[in-house]
Amino acid sequence: MDSKIPSGPLADKWTKHKNDINLVNPANKRNIDVIVVGTGLAGGAAAATLAELGYNVKTFCYQDSPRRAHSIAAQGGINAAKNYQGDGDSNYRLFYDTIKGGDYRSREANVYRLAEVSGNIIDQCVAQGVPFAREYGGMLDNRSFGGVLVSRTFYAKGQTGQQLLLGAYSAMNRQINRGKIQAYNRHEMMDLVLVDGKARGIIARDLVSGEIERHSAHAVVLATGGYGNVFFLSTNAMGSNVMAAWRAHRKGAFFANPCFTQIHPTCIPVSGEHQSKLTLMSESLRNDGRIWVPKKMEDAVAIREGKLKPTQLAEEDRDYYLERRYPAFGNLVPRDVASRAAKERCDAGFGVNKTGEAVYLDFASAIKRYGKEKALTSGLKNPDEATIIKLGEEVIEAKYGNLFQMYEKIVDENPYKTPMMIYPAVHYTMGGLWVDYNLQTTIPGCYAAGEANFSDHGANRLGASALMQGLADGYFVLPYTIGDYLSHDIRTGKIPTDSAAFDEAEKQVRDRMEKLMGGSGIHSVDYYHKKLGKIMWNKCGMARNAKELEEAVKEISDLRKDFWENVKVPGTIDSKNQELEKAGRVADFLELGELFAKDALHRNESCGGHFREEYQTEEGEALRDDKNFKYVAAWEFAGEPKDAKLHKEDLVYENIELKTRSYK
Amino acid sequence: MKLYLKIWRQKDASSAGKIVDYTLDGVEGDMSFLEMLDILNEELISKGEEPVEFDHDCREGICGTCSLQINGEPHGPDRLVTTCQLHMRKFNDGDTIVIEPFRAKAFPVIKDLIVDRSAFDRIQQAGGYISVNTSGNTVDANCIPINKHDADEAMDAATCIGCGACVAACKNASAMLFTSAKVSQFALLPQGRVEAVERVQNMVRQMDLEGFGNCTNTGACEVECPKGISLTNIARMNREYLSATLKG
Repeated sequence: MDSKIPSGPLADKWTKHKNDINLVNPANKRNIDVIVVGTGLAGGAAAATLAELGYNVKTFCYQDSPRRAHSIAAQGGINAAKNYQGDGDSNYRLFYDTIKGGDYRSREANVYRLAEVSGNIIDQCVAQGVPFAREYGGMLDNRSFGGVLVSRTFYAKGQTGQQLLLGAYSAMNRQINRGKIQAYNRHEMMDLVLVDGKARGIIARDLVSGEIERHSAHAVVLATGGYGNVFFLSTNAMGSNVMAAWRAHRKGAFFANPCFTQIHPTCIPVSGEHQSKLTLMSESLRNDGRIWVPKKMEDAVAIREGKLKPTQLAEEDRDYYLERRYPAFGNLVPRDVASRAAKERCDAGFGVNKTGEAVYLDFASAIKRYGKEKALTSGLKNPDEATIIKLGEEVIEAKYGNLFQMYEKIVDENPYKTPMMIYPAVHYTMGGLWVDYNLQTTIPGCYAAGEANFSDHGANRLGASALMQGLADGYFVLPYTIGDYLSHDIRTGKIPTDSAAFDEAEKQVRDRMEKLMGGSGIHSVDYYHKKLGKIMWNKCGMARNAKELEEAVKEISDLRKDFWENVKVPGTIDSKNQELEKAGRVADFLELGELFAKDALHRNESCGGHFREEYQTEEGEALRDDKNFKYVAAWEFAGEPKDAKLHKEDLVYENIELKTRSYK
Repeated sequence: MKLYLKIWRQKDASSAGKIVDYTLDGVEGDMSFLEMLDILNEELISKGEEPVEFDHDCREGICGTCSLQINGEPHGPDRLVTTCQLHMRKFNDGDTIVIEPFRAKAFPVIKDLIVDRSAFDRIQQAGGYISVNTSGNTVDANCIPINKHDADEAMDAATCIGCGACVAACKNASAMLFTSAKVSQFALLPQGRVEAVERVQNMVRQMDLEGFGNCTNTGACEVECPKGISLTNIARMNREYLSATLKG
């Protein structure tokens, strides 16, 4: 595996690389077409920047507008090593935290570049009019996220993803207005088209008319997000899917570390079988919320039976288990650690809701602390308890109001008065298409950006780093690295769509849809998706073992066979058909799921979000095996997912010493 | 609980639509409104009928994809929520619920409950941006201090999710609340002032071209807005527009 990492000292690699790579002159850029699939932070930012540079860009998204991409749901914030707080932050520290947070399974050079451009992202977004939170002096405010000891997270209330996405969307709109971007909304990429081994276009389906379309370009960028919906229940949007990435994988793009999935510790627990998706409560809440379960089993039982309220439990009867186990980081340990700790307590019988799968996230002490401070700064000498609580609740509302409201609407309880109940849920996938330093996949001309690639987060992503990576890839990395590739295409001319390669790709797409429609019609698409989700959650979830993973590989393979024979897709191919859309996506999840389990099975170690029960320390912490598994597992498609061929990219650490991760 | 649903069915943009009655049993209070429709659709599919198509995506109230006119109100009877966050505990056993698409000339129906809101995109394309390239050389983010109050107000305006409830609620199908939210966000920030004159003129022109109606200050949009976007934004846009006209 050639990751094409530039030579030289770590801090100089990106600058040196930019100086070394080929450029395309402005006149030639006008003759070059680029397709960008997905218009979230990475895709939207890349499309806008490529169009600014002068390329002709076509964007594709399944949503009715680029503004709806699921980046919009990111709540807490975006990291940047600005050191505005003067708390000792630096590019190196952000780099170090990210590598460590990822449990030493990401590439040094990529992560350093990410840290290096992080500051620029904030400058760019402010210039675009993104209304980040500010202090009274007019300067930008920061907060703290898990796994770090500095405050480097910029935020816009609990809607940071929304504001950054709308920033990228506005940059896109400017280019659409100039005619430099043609936006194909309500369009789905059905397949990647290769001409002479290079990515030269896509087959897309107009989701309104059902029409199959051919689009050609000199390069194709996939910025199509993660595959968390393989679990059916996740914090992803209902439409989030792996189709584009998986189609590319089938055409030769290696898929890296599929088993590296992030289970986010603070989500609203599942309420019943009818549940269609899970809702995240931002990690930023762990700045002020304290996580606990009852210390005594009888209290946990009484709470589950509704005989005891959490607010009635005395301080000494509560087990603030994160503060107990990890005194240095407390409630702000990284996500994988916090999730496993919640599972451990609930498995031990201390869960606090009907299903026994929930822990408390409690704001009572923060409300008091803020209330006292607010009373002092408001000149109140001897405020009574009620005044303090009222003032404290106002502060909490200003910080997290929208999250509290969302919680109340879903759970029907007031989180200002009684602690929130939370439980881990699938949230983000660190794995994805393998890319080199230039973000190019193993298919020449096919690039992957944002969550769709694997490159920066190793085995666990730190909070507020997804927005950073999406925008870094889209605004500051891909538009430049892709120029090096496109510089060889200045004489190519327009790529025709009437070639044999396009004919064949379109035929495959049509055949596949007809096959989906031709099932015997016993079960709906959701029936299969839910079954797949259950296998994934039970056997490839927060704790995995060889026996169950082996079972999962077999069960998913059987389920896929059943799906193709018996699925029921109503309607027609040549009209709007949401069930057909879902069927195509679930069909790919049924393949990816198997590769996921195979990858988890082969990785005989625990690292980050990948926890194998066989490999743990006496205290139940993840036990890494650097001797045998310090590599990226890049899988090559070979017919069936279970036959995928493993390629290894050894990870070289020249600037960081590999250590056992400790947050104690 | 058992519900009597009256749902708008329409094959495509060119076909006529009609209300069709469905009875749905076994609905629970913890379900979201869309999960209730999921169950109806599972039933329809198992009976060999075509499911009801509706727009939805994030199901956490932020993407702005879901819509639905529920018993005559955009996003239903609850306040400050989108349809995906509306829970069935707001309804009672035996209720009749009328479910229609958002109605406006500028939002043509695509199928069943799905409407085309691309007019909103075109309003944004007309001027909903600040013309700054991605160069990596923009000034440091803290170079220009911004008054916290202004920044907070800009943020409040910027939280618009572009769902179209304001249009659906308005008897004139006006898009003033939507358009003014973006105009306001940029009007309140120093970075946005530079192009303020052209922005408001271009966005308002596009809004009119799309066939949205005029604003007659009834305030229905503000009441129905799931994000609580304030009418103040319309006042601010009117002032911006007037001053832009005076400046020529």
